[in-house]
Amino acid sequence: MSLRTEPMTVNVGPQHPSTHGVFRLRITFDGEEIVEVEPVFGYLHRGTEKLAEERNYVQIVTLTDRLDYVSSMINNQAYCLGVEKLLGVEPPPRAKYMRTIAAELQRVASHLMGIGFFLQDLGTLGTPLMYCFRMREKILDLFEMLCGARITVSYMRPGGVLDDAPAEFWPALDAFLEGFPSEFGEIEQLVLENEIVMVRTRGVSTLPLDVAINGSVSGPVLRASGLAWDWRKMDPYDAYADVEFDVPVAAGGDNYDRFWVRMQEVHQSIRIVRQCIQQIEPGPVRLALPLVLRPKPGAEAYGRVEASKGELAFYLVSDGGVSPYRMKIRSPSLINLTVTEHLLVGWKLADMIVTLGSMDINMGEVDR
Amino acid sequence: MTGQHLADRLAFGVPRAAQTWDETAIWVDPARMADVARFLREDPDLDFQFLNSITAVDFIGHLEIVYHLTSLIRQHTAVIKTRLYGREDLSLPSVIDTWKGADFQEREVWDLMGVHFQGHPNMKRIMLWEGFEGHPLRKDYL
Repeated sequence: MSLRTEPMTVNVGPQHPSTHGVFRLRITFDGEEIVEVEPVFGYLHRGTEKLAEERNYVQIVTLTDRLDYVSSMINNQAYCLGVEKLLGVEPPPRAKYMRTIAAELQRVASHLMGIGFFLQDLGTLGTPLMYCFRMREKILDLFEMLCGARITVSYMRPGGVLDDAPAEFWPALDAFLEGFPSEFGEIEQLVLENEIVMVRTRGVSTLPLDVAINGSVSGPVLRASGLAWDWRKMDPYDAYADVEFDVPVAAGGDNYDRFWVRMQEVHQSIRIVRQCIQQIEPGPVRLALPLVLRPKPGAEAYGRVEASKGELAFYLVSDGGVSPYRMKIRSPSLINLTVTEHLLVGWKLADMIVTLGSMDINMGEVDR
Repeated sequence: MTGQHLADRLAFGVPRAAQTWDETAIWVDPARMADVARFLREDPDLDFQFLNSITAVDFIGHLEIVYHLTSLIRQHTAVIKTRLYGREDLSLPSVIDTWKGADFQEREVWDLMGVHFQGHPNMKRIMLWEGFEGHPLRKDYL
């Protein structure tokens, strides 16, 4: 005899601690199994695109910090590349290296958050998360030396970076790189082949490659499904053409693979930073551009980077004025969520939280 | 990929859909957008499997819908544009059957720019709440 069951609809969020911000999922359960999912956004919508139409090109840098607020340097970079394309200028070589160093450190910091919260969602209360935060804190200290801020950095400018690094930055960066592998190795040892992690995440919420591509998924989530697609390789910007690095790729597209790809990318980022330190040469770090920029009327540009969450792009249209006529932000977090339904339906409540963690979304960027 | 090249290919698959083109982009007939999208994805020479972004720009006299596309195999990109004249009751066919990635982006264009996508299964606001009046990214919304 089978029990008669009844579907039940539950709101997860927008004030749920494991939704990583103000994200709401309307989920219909049959017992513990998910039968229907509807993501609801907009709780953090601040109208960044509209605000940008009222500010000049340099002021907008501060708005980009607040998109993916654990990855501000990379947001700065994407926006500045977009404006430079619009103007048809290129920053000096030293600025390109400074940007690459800052962006890769930021990628490590962002992935550490992703990894830490993923493990937290899995139920490893506190320990791995604090390990990750300890390492991230050191990166934020380095950012503080560069620009005085830790989170909302606004370090980059169209045509270069704010300023050259102070003298104490370089020894501090060396010390960080010296200690990082053993600190990161510690957490790798703890979790990478941990049996509980494996059992809970292997084969759970798999994302086939064709579904990922059709859903415009990018970044580590796409690479975990088996495609080595990275804009740093495919369309190199700043100093990426001059450094060597690998693109980690997994085949299964499950929760473990998404987590594993992030762990591997941290090593590659450190490798890039080391090469940049060797290759960087003295010189100016900022073009002498006018304070108020006026691109040509009718100009448009698509400034794109491989951000820590995926393809981040700023589509800028100019009418010759001091502000962009239109600025569209292609945010990887929002678009990666297109496949939420595919990932969650058929799985259990307890896996849902872990799957969300493995997607590594940031609501500042989803809602903009 | 240049607009010229795209126009040459499109002439085979979807005749008379292309309107004008330049070095960077091609403008197509909005009514044919769904057919154009299908052809762009299926044609082996173009192979645009990946939809990067959909957005709209309000030029007051008309609205322009902009599609950024990438071929992951051939490693090229393209920009497709289409123009909608007027300001009331704007609509064009959805490309969601070709690219699922259009789902949230088309909803966002509807929410903030007021362009309706025919055939989208869930055409409602995404960032703002139901009942909100107007489309805030339009130039006449202050």
